[in-house]
Amino acid sequence: MTEVVATNQTILVVGGGISGMTAALEAAECGKEVVLIEKNAALGGRVSQLYRYFPKLCHPVCGLEINQRRVKQNKRIRILTLAEVTGITGSPGDYTASVRISPRYVNENCTACGDCGNAVETMVDDAFNYNLGKVKAAYLPSKMSYPQRYVIDPSIIGTPDADKAKAACKYGAVDLDMQEETVQIKAGAVVWATGWKPYDANKIQPYGYDRFDNVITSVEFERLSDPHGPTGGKILRPSDGKEAKNVAFIQCAGSRDENHLRHCSRICCMASLKQTHYMREAFGDEGKSTIYYIDIRAIDRFEDFYQKVRADANVKFIKSKVARIVEDKNGNPVLHGVDTEGYHRYANTHDLVVLAIGMEPSVKAASIPAEIVSDSSGFIEQDQANGAIFGAGCAANPLDVNRSVQSATASALRAIQVINRVARAEG
Amino acid sequence: MSIEKYRKNFLKEVEERVEEGQWVKMCMQCGVCAGSCPFGPHWEHTPQKIFMMIRAGKREEVLTSDSMWMCTSCYNCVVRCPRKLPITHIMHGLAYLSKREGLMPKNQPTAQFGQLFWDNLTKNGRVNELKLSLGMYFKDGFSQGIKNAMAMQSVGMGMMKAKRLNPMEILGGHGIKDKSGFSAMLKKAKELEDARRKLA
Repeated sequence: MTEVVATNQTILVVGGGISGMTAALEAAECGKEVVLIEKNAALGGRVSQLYRYFPKLCHPVCGLEINQRRVKQNKRIRILTLAEVTGITGSPGDYTASVRISPRYVNENCTACGDCGNAVETMVDDAFNYNLGKVKAAYLPSKMSYPQRYVIDPSIIGTPDADKAKAACKYGAVDLDMQEETVQIKAGAVVWATGWKPYDANKIQPYGYDRFDNVITSVEFERLSDPHGPTGGKILRPSDGKEAKNVAFIQCAGSRDENHLRHCSRICCMASLKQTHYMREAFGDEGKSTIYYIDIRAIDRFEDFYQKVRADANVKFIKSKVARIVEDKNGNPVLHGVDTEGYHRYANTHDLVVLAIGMEPSVKAASIPAEIVSDSSGFIEQDQANGAIFGAGCAANPLDVNRSVQSATASALRAIQVINRVARAEG
Repeated sequence: MSIEKYRKNFLKEVEERVEEGQWVKMCMQCGVCAGSCPFGPHWEHTPQKIFMMIRAGKREEVLTSDSMWMCTSCYNCVVRCPRKLPITHIMHGLAYLSKREGLMPKNQPTAQFGQLFWDNLTKNGRVNELKLSLGMYFKDGFSQGIKNAMAMQSVGMGMMKAKRLNPMEILGGHGIKDKSGFSAMLKKAKELEDARRKLA
């Protein structure tokens, strides 16, 4: 049984991405007890899957490392990975959450030596790389994983491969008898920071994501550009592994569309502008980017970033929402549409198409196991009716990293106020 | 240069007088309608261009355009429009306004067919398929009519076999019982429509 000591002066943070980590750290560094729950095997969330951040184009490793260090140093944060909240009952100052913890099959003895990974033969989809590649069924979720501990994929449990992993481990860390368990956790306030997921690109039928290999999403493009990604940082197109030197970026892929996502996902314009830098970094003057857009929304203070990209001769801007994509006989995607600056009909051939895919909440507010007020897209609204359950980061709004951290800090403050009230009442 | 150029008079007119015209201001100029239209390359103005022209007050250019007459009501644009504009309906509404204002392009085949169909239908309350097709064939003169009829011969024979085209209809054809009631109804409907759209 997993022992979790929690009282109604504990803050429960659901989601261990950049928002959840921030909320947990801010609360813990103010002296509050925190339980941080993460669905995946490691903290970091979507941020750990980025190659670079805008606007400074530094690597997320840096920001995450600082946060991981803060987490390690703080005794007030208790982290549960592979854990999901299945129910919340109670009222502000007195909640009880049911948390289901899936087995990792690897215990605290793990030193991340990698012997189990070498021993097993089964390969499974590499979720960290958006299934662009495969990993061994005993794996470290990513280079930056925290906790730095292997996971054994449940699909090989009961097979000889699992026994190989156990036999290979010199530290007695592989425990194939681990079972799923459900624990009850007390909390005075809850910060809900379950983040976002990319919209299902298959639903945007005219773009053929399901039919054409060379139509990918922006999150997949991040992995292609990352040296730790499936191609070792080379921008190779999926159909034939050729270098993709002429890339089209389609903005509002799913966003701002009553048929898909009603809202503007805010980050996609900046993400594509950032990704034109990857093209330049990879291919220099040979790397051509074309951005198809309705209008560029370089959120907040990033207009200068946009203007710099606009001045780059290798980046072309076409004001048009692409109507449809077809594939020519060489597997090149051909984009059809009409531009709005002159109403010219075009049929443009590119090596690769990147859909600047929209954001939707990972857990829509309606699926949160508590009464939560949400907007029409399923993001959490700030509302008295939510009691002491506070939305943070992309669970509350489509936000970039910077603003997610601000949102998380704000929700940590709200949670702290509830805990302080409880503490005063209890004297 | 007069300030009138910048007023939104024509947009207001469209909002009042065109079916679903109140949607025109919602267009965000993404261009998906134009790119999705199967007739796209054959129009003078794409839907998003028409909407922008309306907002720019280009009354004459819009109402004399042949674009809205080219719409085949396939509804591709309507299902794709990210703002759910009823583009097909707006196009038909604009076509109607242009006809009522007498601005539609001369010899526009769709407009001619529409008129023939209407006259044919309102006469007896039923469509006389035979007279309708003959009327369409012979609209450009006798010899052209014969040519058209010969070219469409197999279709005509097929329709006759399927009992969709009765040669006896040439003698006047079938109709409804209460013709005067029918015309009274149409007259009232037109009155109401004219009053609503300020078309009288």
